[in-house]
Amino acid sequence: MIGAIVQLSYLVAAALFVFSLHWMNDPKTARHAVAAGVAAMALAVGATWIQPVVVHHGWIIIAIVAGFVVGVPLSRVPLTAVPQRTALSHAFGGLAAGLVGAAEFYLWYGHHPENLTPFRVTALVIEIILGFLTFTGSLMAAGKLQEMKWIPQRPVTFRGQNFLNIGLLVVAAAIGIALVAHPTAEWAPRLFPVIIGLSLLFGVMLIIPIGGADMPTVISILNAYAGLSAVAMGFVLDNKLLITAGALDGSSGLILSVIMCRAMNRSFANVLFGAFGQVQAAKRLGEGKEYKSETIEGAAQVLEQAALVVIVPGYGMAVAQAQHKVRELYDQLRKRGITVKFAIHPVAGRMPGHMNVLLAEADIPYTDLTEMGDINPDMPQCDVALVVGANDVVNPVARYDKSSPIYGMPIIDVDKAKTVFAIKRSKNPGFAGIDNELYFQDKTWMLFGDAKKVIGDLVKQLGDQGGGH
Amino acid sequence: MIQETQASQPLDYWSMAFVFLLSTFIGIGVIRRVSRLLHTPLMSITNAISAIAVVGSLMVTGSDYPPAIRVMGAVALFASMTNIVSGFLITQRMLKMFKTPRDGEPR
Repeated sequence: MIGAIVQLSYLVAAALFVFSLHWMNDPKTARHAVAAGVAAMALAVGATWIQPVVVHHGWIIIAIVAGFVVGVPLSRVPLTAVPQRTALSHAFGGLAAGLVGAAEFYLWYGHHPENLTPFRVTALVIEIILGFLTFTGSLMAAGKLQEMKWIPQRPVTFRGQNFLNIGLLVVAAAIGIALVAHPTAEWAPRLFPVIIGLSLLFGVMLIIPIGGADMPTVISILNAYAGLSAVAMGFVLDNKLLITAGALDGSSGLILSVIMCRAMNRSFANVLFGAFGQVQAAKRLGEGKEYKSETIEGAAQVLEQAALVVIVPGYGMAVAQAQHKVRELYDQLRKRGITVKFAIHPVAGRMPGHMNVLLAEADIPYTDLTEMGDINPDMPQCDVALVVGANDVVNPVARYDKSSPIYGMPIIDVDKAKTVFAIKRSKNPGFAGIDNELYFQDKTWMLFGDAKKVIGDLVKQLGDQGGGH
Repeated sequence: MIQETQASQPLDYWSMAFVFLLSTFIGIGVIRRVSRLLHTPLMSITNAISAIAVVGSLMVTGSDYPPAIRVMGAVALFASMTNIVSGFLITQRMLKMFKTPRDGEPR
């Protein structure tokens, strides 16, 4: 009887998870998504807890309380820190899968060796490898995003790196195969930790050659791994809810990774094995050319005359915490009857959708946040394009220069606007170390300085000029 | 559940494989339609959903197993619970920020 109740609860939970993701397709219905997800999870936990095999409750309660104690503060981080939080939660997901896998292996080895069928052990090995590599890989990614001092920010590469990385994985897989063949052998419990160690090491090695601009893709891939490790756990435990929920998470990570890769015109393999920052010495377009800079007063006057202003935000906006000032600028321009749109590149920021969340937090209506593909046809009608801390995603070089590391990457057609203002902290090239041709165009004017301050000054200038309103 | 599935009752590998395949297709179909605006909240809600590993952790922690094994389960349970709590809460927090002009003060 209890078995039927449990399975029914799992079935309903699986349906609710699908609905939860379905409701994410529109911001209007998205709030139901959380309710459905919470209900599904509560059902799953409740149904598992009432099973007769669960006889000890003390540790469960302690672990759940501890989860709340750590989880609640983690949900209150500033939105600029959401990529780190996401990476950290992938790490926790990987750790959970890995630990449960290890626990099951030792349990069965010691008490129910008949459970160690080849199918189960295969799933176990996959669960362990995915779980533990996701654990350390995501911790490294979180550390890089948090700009921890002891984790190198710049990509770390060395000769034979890919060879070594793939070697680690091959050795781990070979030991795994040996375990599948002889799961009850005397040496099995001693080789098992070796797989764990190799997976932990592989996770670290996988992330050290990856730089900040690739983080959106890497976070998405780790998301898929975390989901797949839950699927593997489902196969081990014969639990279809785990398989369903894990597969939903895995496919989400997969789709996001594909979107990110397409937005950079790169393949999975290229992101994981072709360290971006290292690519080549950048071509210096700037030789013989000069930046033209514009004053705040001049820029404010041009902005006032515009009918359509497109703001292109990038990670630099997040670093400068300029999103609230951007919103003030948006309000000032709107007050004058100017149409203001935001053009969001899929890989702007450090995780998928990062810019949208930051701008939504600053109270900018999501109806004015437009995707690259939707805004590009309108760019020739755009009077002023204002680039705030974006660089590579607006570099026209991506269209034609085959030698450029960003060649082929779809970009926002800022260069087609009638006037371009680009806010830039310094005269150094962007993350990929590539000079941006956009900055040397006749119609481009630079506003040098911290994004928050420059936009604040623009708002002040417009406020003074518009004093008559 | 762990004890129910003894060697005497062989696992139904094929139906598990079917579940995996079909769930992946459903996942791809549903997630392709998710608004790009919401990719960050999508990632945090799928974080929380993939913490369904809580089911396995809870069974390992609460069953009558040796303490060393239950400790591993408890740590896994803690990690999963953290993801569930922070994942759903931060998703909710972010989704509340997405407003249309009508939702806010008149502009």
